[in-house]
Amino acid sequence: MTIATIDTLATEIVRGRGGGPAPTRTIVAYGFWIFILSDIVMFSALFAAYAVLSGNTAGGPTARNLFNLHNVFIETACLLFSSYTCGLGMLSAERRQPARFLLFAAFTFALGAAFLTVEISEFAGMVRAGAGPARSAFLSSFFTLVGMHGAHVTTGLLWLAYTVAQVLVKGLRPVVLRRLACFSLFWHALDIVWIGVLTLVYLMGAR
Amino acid sequence: MLGRLTWAAIPFNEPLPLISAAVVAVVVLAVLVTITVKGWLPYLWREWVTSVDHKRIGVMYFALGLIMLLRGFSDAIMMRTQQAIAVGTAQGYLPPDHYNQIFSAHGAIMIFFVAMPFVIGLMNFVVPLQLGVRDVAFPVLNSVAFWLTASGALLINVSLIIGNFARTGWMGYPPLSELAFSPDVGVDYYLWSLQISGIGTLLGGINIVTTILKLRAPGMTYFRMPVFCWTSLASSLLIVAAFPILTATFLMLLLDRYLGMHFFTNDAGGNQMMYVNLFWAWGHPEVYILILPAFGVFSEVFATFSGKALFGYRSMVLATLAICVLSFTVWLHHFFTMGAGADVNAFFGIMSTVIAVPTGVKVFNWLFTMFRGRIVYRTPVLFAVGFVVTFVIGGMTGVLLAVPPVDFVLHNSTFLVAHFHNVIIGGVVFGALAGYNYWFPKVFGFTLDERFGKASFWCWLVGFYLAFTPLYVLGLMGMTRRLQHVSNPGWQPLLLVAEAGAVVIMCGILCQIAQLYVSIRTRESRRDLTGDPWNGRTLEWATTSPPPPYNFAVLPQVETIDAFWDMKEHGTARVAPVYEAIEVPRNSAIGVVIAFFASVAGFALIWRIWWLAIIALLGAAIALLVFGWFDDREREIPAAEMAETERARSGRRQFA
Repeated sequence: MTIATIDTLATEIVRGRGGGPAPTRTIVAYGFWIFILSDIVMFSALFAAYAVLSGNTAGGPTARNLFNLHNVFIETACLLFSSYTCGLGMLSAERRQPARFLLFAAFTFALGAAFLTVEISEFAGMVRAGAGPARSAFLSSFFTLVGMHGAHVTTGLLWLAYTVAQVLVKGLRPVVLRRLACFSLFWHALDIVWIGVLTLVYLMGAR
Repeated sequence: MLGRLTWAAIPFNEPLPLISAAVVAVVVLAVLVTITVKGWLPYLWREWVTSVDHKRIGVMYFALGLIMLLRGFSDAIMMRTQQAIAVGTAQGYLPPDHYNQIFSAHGAIMIFFVAMPFVIGLMNFVVPLQLGVRDVAFPVLNSVAFWLTASGALLINVSLIIGNFARTGWMGYPPLSELAFSPDVGVDYYLWSLQISGIGTLLGGINIVTTILKLRAPGMTYFRMPVFCWTSLASSLLIVAAFPILTATFLMLLLDRYLGMHFFTNDAGGNQMMYVNLFWAWGHPEVYILILPAFGVFSEVFATFSGKALFGYRSMVLATLAICVLSFTVWLHHFFTMGAGADVNAFFGIMSTVIAVPTGVKVFNWLFTMFRGRIVYRTPVLFAVGFVVTFVIGGMTGVLLAVPPVDFVLHNSTFLVAHFHNVIIGGVVFGALAGYNYWFPKVFGFTLDERFGKASFWCWLVGFYLAFTPLYVLGLMGMTRRLQHVSNPGWQPLLLVAEAGAVVIMCGILCQIAQLYVSIRTRESRRDLTGDPWNGRTLEWATTSPPPPYNFAVLPQVETIDAFWDMKEHGTARVAPVYEAIEVPRNSAIGVVIAFFASVAGFALIWRIWWLAIIALLGAAIALLVFGWFDDREREIPAAEMAETERARSGRRQFA
């Protein structure tokens, strides 16, 4: 053992104890989590706007007239269950089981798409009934808040398809796993936001 | 086909904007032609435009701030001149519509495209070096963030030539900024340029937070970080927590303007005060986003040039974090006159007074750092001392304004204008210029000229007091802000003094340009061969000037606060290291490509050219998908090559 290797070993030990830069996987997931927090701050501003404006219906339809809790239940079930399948998919990916991963990714995509279909048909029905976003301040804030969540789900679906393509072409390499981890964080965060939407917009509005 | 864009968008009938636009266009064209003819294009593309090196990106941020400072300052001196001459029967030379655009552009540019690039540029350059690491957490994202900021700056300057800018003031309050009252493109320029640059700022903030929390040299625990890193952390946390509020607020105003929604309109239940609340829920933290890094610069400057460790390191850190938290509890003091009621106003008045306490702690720490130190009065120290005096005055007038009954009298007067210029010039600008003079030798490997540096300091200091003391007095006399015409001739003498102050500040800016020119001309005689021209205390001075692309061949081992000082004390600063292969990120064009599409999309949305907006957004999406597909983003420098480079570099450095 040369002096140089002893020196390197010693440095390694000290580095291990004193910290030093974190591994890439940690850095990427951490940075993405900070991004998600900032995204949630943006949602919180939209929530605040909805809270301020939800009573300002300008003589138009109110939350009680419009919301159909039956649909909202289907949406919630789809989204929460898609998070479950997303979690299972991540576990399969970590265990390097591509076939199982693809199956769960397909479930996740289908459930997310089902959520979006229900949401879009609900929005379309409201617009047809003359309760579009330009009708009143209440409806502006409703469509913006819920629509922003829907736009995030749409982005998530495109991202999922793109990541699946990467898995198919490249396999479950560490770099692909890192991207999957970010997607999974994003998808779960959308659930958190949805719980806020469900409570503040639908449950409190339909009382 | 071209939406609302017609030949009428170009102000042929207004000579002033037309001439200034033509001058800018000629200068830009001349620069581009020179670059092409001299064959600098490949170099610029390779070494700067596509660079993901945090040092290069930091320099580009700072350069952007300096260029936009010239634009923002031109607006300032035009306003001062107008107010100085348009008194009584005289109407001045700026018509009301143009004057309104100028004060709106001045505020927006100075905050978003001067002060922000200055502080983000300094953070970008300095933080990884002070942490003893090789780059930020996400180098490519850093490049995207910078280019998005540049894209916003580009759009706001295009408004000078094509169309017009907002007349709403830099806050863009509705209902004036709604489509009904601002039907043309001015407010759209304001909104889209700030949305695009705001996303850039957010990405930059995320990057710096992750860097500081997850990437530090071995042994650098939180309480061994230099104070500048702490203030950068606090400032970046505020960016992450506050900028999304601005994005959401502008989004709502955009939806009002583009899709006929009713967030802030007069009719259908809109609420204008919600905009004001949301705007300042971002806006007050923004003030601290700007000032905290400046506090960090002064902490480094005072410690280095006093030859002492910073007094009260822990109290400094705690004060920084206290300000970080409290900054979210004071926003309502921007509109006490809204009529929120005595109890609400009292709460925010008290909180606004309380936030002055940690700032006071910092001032005493700086004074005690200087106390019995061997102070070397270089340019950065002059700015730092000038800052302490000036900022204390600005802080006192701020505490005065935090008292709601006083604010009812002084709201929207020139007293307020004087107050916030007092803290922004005396704090942020002095901090940026101190940092510029302090870290310049680290960036480029030679020191800046002291004579012109000191001259620029005195011009800035004297000019500031000449320009803004009269505004304090005029505010107390009842003059409101943003007057295109001054009806009271009794105010003219003070307005002329303020005009003189603006001219003296202009001399300060000219001195800085001269300083840069002279320093570059005489750079061979002012080379920094040691890497440590000021006898520094922190790790950025441990590497060569300028640092190699990878900053540190071997990551330093940190034992204490002021790690580099400790190494020098123990003679371990220049020990020949054992080299290992390292990975460095490859260049990437994704930043400039995304920014290109963002600029086109912004322009198309402003002029409502829908097809172009769709193409540009698709282009950006495709660029992201293509970029996201590739994995090979790093290249390895083998140990042998590293040792060779380091040997070559060490020839330029004297070992301690």
